[in-house]
Amino acid sequence: MKTTYREAIRAGIRDAMERDERVFLMGEDVGAYGGCFAVSLGLFEEFGPERIRDTPLSESGFVGAGIGAALGGMRPIVEIMTVNFSLLALDQIVNNAATLLHMSGGQFNVPLVIRMTTGAGRQLGAQHSHSLEGWYAHIPGLRILAPATLEDARGMLWTALQDPDPVLIFEHGTLYNMPGEIDDGAGPVDIDTAALRRTGKDVSLITYGGTLPAVLDAAEQLAEEGIDAEVLDLRTLRPLDDAAILASVGHTHRAVVVDEGWRSGSISAEISARITETAFYDLDAPVGRVCSAEVPLPYAKHLELAALPSAGRIVAAAREVTGKGG
Amino acid sequence: MTALAGRIGADQAALARHLLLQMLRVRRLEEKCVELYSEAKIRGFLHVYIGEEAVAAGVLDNLQGEDAVVATYREHGHALLRGVPAGAILAEMYGHVQGCCRGRGGSMHLFDAGTRFFGGNAIVAGGLPLAVGLALADKMAGRSGVTVCFFGEGAVAEGEFHESLNLAALWQLPVLFCCENNLYAMGTALGRSESQTDIALKAAGYELAAWAVDGMDVLAVHEAARRAVDAVRSGAGPHFLELRTYRFRAHSMFDPERYREKAEVAHWLERDPITLLRSALEDAGQLTEAQWTELQRDADAEVAAAVEFAEAGTPEPVEELTRFVYSERGPE
Ligand SMILES: Cc1ncc(C[n+]2csc(CCOP(=O)(O)OP(=O)(O)O)c2C)c(N)n1
Ligand SMILES: [Mg+2]
Repeated sequence: MKTTYREAIRAGIRDAMERDERVFLMGEDVGAYGGCFAVSLGLFEEFGPERIRDTPLSESGFVGAGIGAALGGMRPIVEIMTVNFSLLALDQIVNNAATLLHMSGGQFNVPLVIRMTTGAGRQLGAQHSHSLEGWYAHIPGLRILAPATLEDARGMLWTALQDPDPVLIFEHGTLYNMPGEIDDGAGPVDIDTAALRRTGKDVSLITYGGTLPAVLDAAEQLAEEGIDAEVLDLRTLRPLDDAAILASVGHTHRAVVVDEGWRSGSISAEISARITETAFYDLDAPVGRVCSAEVPLPYAKHLELAALPSAGRIVAAAREVTGKGG
Repeated sequence: MTALAGRIGADQAALARHLLLQMLRVRRLEEKCVELYSEAKIRGFLHVYIGEEAVAAGVLDNLQGEDAVVATYREHGHALLRGVPAGAILAEMYGHVQGCCRGRGGSMHLFDAGTRFFGGNAIVAGGLPLAVGLALADKMAGRSGVTVCFFGEGAVAEGEFHESLNLAALWQLPVLFCCENNLYAMGTALGRSESQTDIALKAAGYELAAWAVDGMDVLAVHEAARRAVDAVRSGAGPHFLELRTYRFRAHSMFDPERYREKAEVAHWLERDPITLLRSALEDAGQLTEAQWTELQRDADAEVAAAVEFAEAGTPEPVEELTRFVYSERGPE
């Protein structure tokens, strides 16, 4: 059936609400407004204000309440409008959700799912455009997901809700309108492994989330130049699927990591380091990286585009590490 | 004669003696903690509750098993009076695996699932949103539990305080906020951090029932908390108690106390909640010398046994370092 990324997420939420009465959605404007990106549109009418719960503008308060409700036996889905606003809830996410299990010596796990929008590409300026999922992937105790396909948008939520520990799901803002076909029976998917979105033998393009479309584009262009690129979609940023990364690099011997986060201290740096730590002698070239320019994301379209990873920059990086084409 | 004395009739004597013992148990445990800290058996930050015992004793006595408690880093007494064994508390501070959190939490992070004791939160005001969520879960599940959240008056300046009171009142959640107003946040006096120093008044601005109580008078605390807990349990929405108290000791073991006068401390020492209640009971003819001796003996014995338990404890094997970062899933 035809769907969009947005509708697929909504179907996942509806499915979870129907399967488990402990599940509820809470966040700013998730209810009467229909969700700031219309993800939860219609669910308020369907499930009512108790389970599609509008909150005041209190990120720390309602994220912490989600943690408390999870401790109290519920299965909350907390929506934060964008990752930028999640910074107001960092205390609860980092100091409570991620630590309670450990500090309590294994007594209190936090079965909470937090969804939020991430990423640039919509001319929203520096306070609505950043990609900070890599930061969160730094934190032990959290699981970090980045659905890039309709199937993952539809299916990651339920599996995340089965996880006994906190899971953060990052939905890229440019993907919401992404249309496509999805199997009528599409349902829960695994949240442990990376997925090959294209196989190839010359170079591994490793990415996740919002940059997957650009990477697939780049792979098409590279094919025309005779460079056979493999595309690995990480799907889960913490814990990283090391085995999948190494398997891919093990047979292509070359890698380019594509990440919308900034390059310095980023998840791309982590991936590159792991490749060199464990597969150094398999490499035929240094690991390449395509990241966002080190600048707060600007508003003007041409500047924003110039700051972001693009198919063109990915192609150039692939040529560089393969020493081919151009 | 204190204000307390006149109020202790024969019918209240048993409760008063019970609360006296509860306060004494906390006092003795805390004194022992300070001693053990000096001996370097306990490390990290240590914050003791000496002087403030009437608050935890008066409030917690009103709770039931289904209720939940959230506290701060000054929580040894709350844990003890909620039913966490003194031995497990001390072993935790020793960093031993027999501790209530296997030595992973320490003094500031005591947790206990069995008594629904949710910490031990060392981020000022960080526990308030959790308490709101625990209460939300109770309400959504149709349970009659009450969540009690303790925090210092320093938390009143944090955003999480305001967000939490608003949420709790907006959603009419079964939570009792207990502000332990000991007049100082580390070295910052209340008047130097708040434009409005009447905390109960400030809380009432969020449309929840709020009142201030003499936190040195354990019977007053007990009575106020009983009314508040009953009201919360009956569905009357969140309540707020400002408990006016004083910390007799330094903020932590690293505090030279430059910010307050000795005379001020001396003045408050005259209102020691244990001494106040003891003399009131004696004045009312409800506490014999023998009974007092027995209370002390019980409290001392408990602490002595706890020390023995902690001393006999063992460290967790270092191979287990990375356990409890994620839940351990048994075979499916
Ligand atoms: C968010 C945060 N900021 C600062 C600190 C450092 N700190 C620890 S205790 C404390 C004072 C808190 O005072 P109060 O809330 O009145 O509690 P009390 O110690 O008096 O019981 C401060 C500033 C902290 N732990 N958390
Ligand atoms: Mg204080």
